[in-house]
Amino acid sequence: MRTLLTPVRKRLTPGPSPRKRGQRRLHSPRRSAGRLAVAAAIVFAAGADWTHFRGNDTNSVSQQRNLPVALERHDYVAWKTPLPGRGPSSPIVVAGRVVVTCSSGPREDRLHVLCIDAQSGKLHWQRQLWATGHTVAHPFGAVGAPTPASDGQRVFAFFSSNDLACFDLQGNLKWFRGLAYDDPSVRNDVGMASSPLVLGATLIVQLDTPADSFVAGLDVATGETRWRLPRDKGAIWASPTVLRGKGPEEDLVLLQSRTRLTAHDPQTGRQLWDYEASCHTIASATTCDGVAYLPANGLHALRYDPQRRATELLWHEPRLRSTNASPVVHDGRAYVIKSPAILACGDATDGRILWQLRLEGPTWASPVLADGHLYFVSHKGLVQVVRLGERDAEVVGTLQIDPGVLATPAVADGAVYFRTDQNLWKLAKD
Amino acid sequence: MRVLHNLLLALILVTVSHWTAYGAEINTLLKTLKSVGPQAAGNRQAAPAWTELIKADAGQLPAILAGLDDANPLAANWIRTAVDTVAERRFRRDGTLPAAELERFVLDTSHAPRARRLAYEWLCHVDRSAPERLLPGMLDDPSLEMRRDAVARRIDEAARLVQARETDQAVPLYQEALTAARDADQVALLADRLRELGREVNLPRHFGFVLRWNVIGPFDNTDGRGFAAVYPPERGIDLQASYDGKHGKVQWLEHIAKDEYATVDFNRALQHEKAVVGYATSEFVSRRRQEVDLRVTSLNAVKVWLNGQLVARHEVYHAGSQMDQYTNHVIMQPGRNTILVKVCQNAITPEWADPWGFQLRVCDTNGTAVLSADRNP
Repeated sequence: MRTLLTPVRKRLTPGPSPRKRGQRRLHSPRRSAGRLAVAAAIVFAAGADWTHFRGNDTNSVSQQRNLPVALERHDYVAWKTPLPGRGPSSPIVVAGRVVVTCSSGPREDRLHVLCIDAQSGKLHWQRQLWATGHTVAHPFGAVGAPTPASDGQRVFAFFSSNDLACFDLQGNLKWFRGLAYDDPSVRNDVGMASSPLVLGATLIVQLDTPADSFVAGLDVATGETRWRLPRDKGAIWASPTVLRGKGPEEDLVLLQSRTRLTAHDPQTGRQLWDYEASCHTIASATTCDGVAYLPANGLHALRYDPQRRATELLWHEPRLRSTNASPVVHDGRAYVIKSPAILACGDATDGRILWQLRLEGPTWASPVLADGHLYFVSHKGLVQVVRLGERDAEVVGTLQIDPGVLATPAVADGAVYFRTDQNLWKLAKD
Repeated sequence: MRVLHNLLLALILVTVSHWTAYGAEINTLLKTLKSVGPQAAGNRQAAPAWTELIKADAGQLPAILAGLDDANPLAANWIRTAVDTVAERRFRRDGTLPAAELERFVLDTSHAPRARRLAYEWLCHVDRSAPERLLPGMLDDPSLEMRRDAVARRIDEAARLVQARETDQAVPLYQEALTAARDADQVALLADRLRELGREVNLPRHFGFVLRWNVIGPFDNTDGRGFAAVYPPERGIDLQASYDGKHGKVQWLEHIAKDEYATVDFNRALQHEKAVVGYATSEFVSRRRQEVDLRVTSLNAVKVWLNGQLVARHEVYHAGSQMDQYTNHVIMQPGRNTILVKVCQNAITPEWADPWGFQLRVCDTNGTAVLSADRNP
């Protein structure tokens, strides 16, 4: 049953009601003024947004400060909003709006996209879609598995059924693709989870399955295919990662398969380099200062030398072996969640392990790093805030939220967002 | 007074002409949305049409919903999001929707099941009594979701009777619910409840699983080459013949699937082995030419033929499955139809990679069993 969601609010600053916003948007003759305001909001908010799985740079690092830390000493729960379905997908935050996807129904064929006001937790808009592709998935996951992405003006909601919808920030449908409707042989009956990536005017979707597989770059404005490359058979749940260049035109997209990491021009799909390794199928690569860190029987640090047209392996540390969480590299340190739930810190220049800290598991969600702390949530819903030191680390805050967490947190606008199968939580100081 | 009367009349005329014109426009907009197709075809035209369509008043919801009746699955999502946008705007504005019109739409089974369900869900926003009034008559509804809710209500009624120790009255309610149920979870629950009350349930018959097979194998599937290889059963079925298998001569064996979900387990029916191919064949007697679903479930690479024509091909090993994993719309010819299933097992050895088999059922598009005319029981 569809419901208009109502958040459980705590210490809210009341904002304009969604109804009034909707009326202005739909009927006001001063629409262009509204557009300008939205555009201005986008410009001002862009630095504070969290537009992809693992953030704007797909590296799980936020520049946000003054985030809540000592969670048991203060009530930092700004609000929690119930969700109409399940999903491992993470929230993203765009221009003061939190976007989250989920799926529901006995056949898991109802796909939901929700846009929630970051300040109040109230619903801006909710759209439902019907899956056009396969919805068979492991009961542990859900069809709402891939995290949506945004270019700041549009939201791209992708699902395990390979349905892909583009909305503007007001919830207007701009285009829709049924990638499995186009190609029914592309399916993974464990479920798909790779999250899309926007680079420039191209949306990259990676569909690596045990059956037919491909990666495609789609036009963000129309959904039309700009390029498409066949991929080897072999299921991968890892997501495309951006390797930042000196400018946006030099950005590359990194794609993991079971046997290699490849780098591509995001605008054409042209492969520029590859690196053979037995890659992790779930944990995604990350990047920092032009170096790619690949989970593959431990952690590999790679740099591409365009002069020599060769990939250089800087180091490989087998003991930095990720579970399902993606690694995080920041400020000369590489952080990996090892089995069963051990946070290991390595020197990012040589892979040498510096310290380890036992956390409460089990672990599925990737940790995120902000303001000297790592935010980690266990599958049982225990949020753990870890203060990161030079020689050691300690858990300085914990909070029990709903159990069954698979989603990686999002950090934006001075808040950390956690998504469970039941609720979207916002933790903030103000 | 006369001036006021004329003004009112003029207003009515303007409104009526506006809506008549907009009604025509809605059809044009819907036509544009229904033109979308694979590979993003029509998306460029659909986006502005959608933006126009959502300007419609909630009174136009039935007309927009009717657009779903002949929409392809891609177009259906354009139309349903427009329905939601129009309904949500009105509902947020004043908490109303055209309840009577929505209810008429729900009850008109000539409309697409999903369109009716969508209308029902918006109706429930403004009429909390709708489920109680409408669901009892929807046990046999063409919409699987309406049917599911109706079955769930009947299950609850029966459970209350059991709690009140009125089991004689509960049993017919459970049986009625089982007859109507199409979702595997509800069917399993009802089977449990009825058995607890001492009643027999024939699940394979309820689902339409094929039980009687002839099986043959193993043939070779080293390095996965068996999936593409054409072994003798693919050239024609001769139940008296014997062929060269992976380890020597093989011949057809009669096999009856005995578990509730009619699994044909080649590890038992043939032999427990890796890197092998097994075949199973069965005859289905159809009283008439009819469209049916052949629904297959397998953790192995699988091919299915009906009357010699390949209808399913999935080269995937041990990647997850659930009932009705592969649905294939086919046409059964009057008389005897031959089903052939090829199931390939790979070479990997962990315990989770042990299963080598399949389930197959014949049903209509709603999952209602279609039984072979010679089936017994």
